Amino acid sequence: MRRSVLVRFLIFLLAAVAALIYLTPTLVKDPVKSLPSWWSAFLPSDRIHLGLDLQGGSHLILEVKVDKAIENNVERARGELANLLRERGISGVSVERQGAQIQLKAPAASVERVRGVLKGDFPNLEVANTQSGGGSTDFFLTLSKDELKSLRDYAVDQSLETIRNRIDQFGVSEPIIQRQGQSDILIQLPGIQDPERAKEIIGKTALLEFKLVDDNANVEEAVKNGPPPGRQVLYGHAGRGDGAPTAQIPYVLESRTLMTGEYITDARVRPSQQLQGPYVELILNPTGARLFEQITAANVKRRLAIVLDNKVYSAPVIQERIGGGRASITGSFDIKEARDLSIILRAGALPAPVEIAEERTVGPSLGQDSINQGITSFIVGGALVIVFMIAYYKGAGLLANLAVIFNILFMMAVLAGFQAVLTLPGIAGIVLTIGMAVDANVLINERIREELRSGRAVRSAIEAGYQHALPAILDSNITTFLSGVILFQFGTGPIKGFAVTLCIGIFTTVLTAVYLTRIYYDHRMVSRKLERISI
Amino acid sequence: MELIKPGTHIQFTRYRKIAIILSSAVNLAVLLLLFFKGPNLGVDFAGGTMVHLRFQQAVTIPDIRRALETIHLGGGVIQDFGERGGNEYLVRLDKTSVELGALSEQMKKSLTDKFGAGKFEVRRIESVGPKVGADLRFRGAMSVIAATIMMGVYLWFRFDFRFGIGAVVALLHDVLVTIGALLLANYEFDLTIVAALLTVVGYSVNDTVIVCDRIRENMRKVRRESLETIINTSINETLSRTIITVSTAIMVLFALFFLGGAVIRPFAFALLVGFFSGVYSTIFIATPVILMWEKGAKKR
Repeated sequence: MRRSVLVRFLIFLLAAVAALIYLTPTLVKDPVKSLPSWWSAFLPSDRIHLGLDLQGGSHLILEVKVDKAIENNVERARGELANLLRERGISGVSVERQGAQIQLKAPAASVERVRGVLKGDFPNLEVANTQSGGGSTDFFLTLSKDELKSLRDYAVDQSLETIRNRIDQFGVSEPIIQRQGQSDILIQLPGIQDPERAKEIIGKTALLEFKLVDDNANVEEAVKNGPPPGRQVLYGHAGRGDGAPTAQIPYVLESRTLMTGEYITDARVRPSQQLQGPYVELILNPTGARLFEQITAANVKRRLAIVLDNKVYSAPVIQERIGGGRASITGSFDIKEARDLSIILRAGALPAPVEIAEERTVGPSLGQDSINQGITSFIVGGALVIVFMIAYYKGAGLLANLAVIFNILFMMAVLAGFQAVLTLPGIAGIVLTIGMAVDANVLINERIREELRSGRAVRSAIEAGYQHALPAILDSNITTFLSGVILFQFGTGPIKGFAVTLCIGIFTTVLTAVYLTRIYYDHRMVSRKLERISI
Repeated sequence: MELIKPGTHIQFTRYRKIAIILSSAVNLAVLLLLFFKGPNLGVDFAGGTMVHLRFQQAVTIPDIRRALETIHLGGGVIQDFGERGGNEYLVRLDKTSVELGALSEQMKKSLTDKFGAGKFEVRRIESVGPKVGADLRFRGAMSVIAATIMMGVYLWFRFDFRFGIGAVVALLHDVLVTIGALLLANYEFDLTIVAALLTVVGYSVNDTVIVCDRIRENMRKVRRESLETIINTSINETLSRTIITVSTAIMVLFALFFLGGAVIRPFAFALLVGFFSGVYSTIFIATPVILMWEKGAKKR
């Protein structure tokens, strides 16, 4: 018995020392400076991670519009199909896209040849339906199931990769970027100062296209009555005066895209030259350079519009053939905008547009206020409970308080050790745990009092008190734990933090309130001084 | 110190009819309130945008409204937030920041024009799309229901089917009472409220567990007594524990309510109400339901 008390005491002592070691980095002001170098080499040096609601920052959930990516792919397949049919000399066939479906209308004479082309060259297309009548056959084509699935996955994964690149270049410390569910991307940007700008950079599709300006078209006519076939109207900014509603200039462009941004290997901001503002220089890979050279050679003296996400940035006149794989985007932007643009172009385009489905941003001052208020209520709430327990149970209350203090110590250490995230509801969870942790001791103490009243000796009253209280303590903690698990499943960010502290608190409570206090009584028992207890 | 003198023997089950009528009436009222008035949904559930602003000096809500008129927010509600004199306001918009474009940028500009640079601060932005809102609403409701049923199942396995039924009825009561109090106090329903409701479910069942544990123990000890007597004895024997535990919980919750800041206040409020209701429902709902179930079973 004596030995077992000693062993248990030593185990607790060891656990307490370990807990203190885990908490040291959190408790010192600046762990890098104030802890000796051997500490970080051998001992845990991570602080308790604070949630975005406490340290400030942005939490974003982006929805990748995968349907749009699929439509783009179907459109590409349609173009290829139309071209191939033309090349093979199969005439009289019309190929149109409707949403994610291609409708192919072929005269009866060429139906067999069309089937051959579809089978031989477009294994990714499936014939969903055919309708014959009036001397022609309609084919309704869709992408195959496998193709669709891999497209969806690709769109989300590629978006994730691109966004990661953009954020890395933007410069945020310890961002979290991960896929969530089917088509969502979760992004957490701790301590970010300018969330609007970050959103701007993250959310841009950044589809860069080079298109020719149709100088013969009547711009006013096209704006009013819609562009002529094969043309489109896009707008550009006249100038970005601060605040003033920016005037929009319409351009009539040839719909055909000559080149996209996929050939860009690098994009850099160049300082302003004379009257112009800063501009962004694009460096193309060899294929892109060759393509760009061909395009410029073929269209000297025409205007080439540089279009980003359907907005015309500039439309300079091609003076001569441009070799060497360098192109530039001018426009009236300031240095910050030019830098953001270069980040986006370097990281590449998103395969599909994204939309912000959820945003939660907390400024640093609110976070600090929350921490302070959390600590205040923790101290006041804790003090009230401690005073009450001593007043009510005297010695046994003191013991319960000791258990509570160890409880908090272990709880924080587990938070630090498992790198769990502490949030504002998490702090509330800790405060609540103080209030509820003493329940176990209340149960034990009440039971001991009862046993004493029924005439038992102190020793057996304690024995019976612990023994009879234990099932109730375990049951009530298990039920709370279960609801904590459901909460964890349901919750996002801050709520998960609450669920985590709640569940950790349950373990440490049972450990300290039941086993730690028992060591004390067992010690008293073996040292034969247990005639009376203060309870 | 002793709050409840040993030997106290209150015949709690005598009041069961009044209690059940009263509680049913309250629950019915909450349900009516829920259907006709409807909960005040926060952006988490309704979708839309909430912007939390703090000003350096005193401003009035009409001032802010005038300043923001230029950017056509559409369906905006502006309200006080936090401590009196803290000059903090919440601007609530139906639209999400996606639809509004660079929302806070526009907002900052209009407010700077009106109040001057550096006179205010955007402390928090929450924006949730309508689809996410609907999804969270569904999952929130489901998780509370799932937790309630789970507690019932746990008590069924650990004790008895009757006890499980009693616990579930009591928990439904507690959840409804908490929701009713939140409705009356006009707090917004958001994710933290769901967390509070789940916590209420988790902790309120504790009292039921403690009493059920004692009932089971007493049933083994004294076989001759009626279930009603055993239930009353058990409630009385655990009464002082119940009161003390609720007291300590309420101490920390008051600390959170008054000192924890305005962000966490609705959460603390919901827990306070839920914990009180939990004690009441254990004594006046869960155990009478067990008793009535037993009597019903005997008749059959």
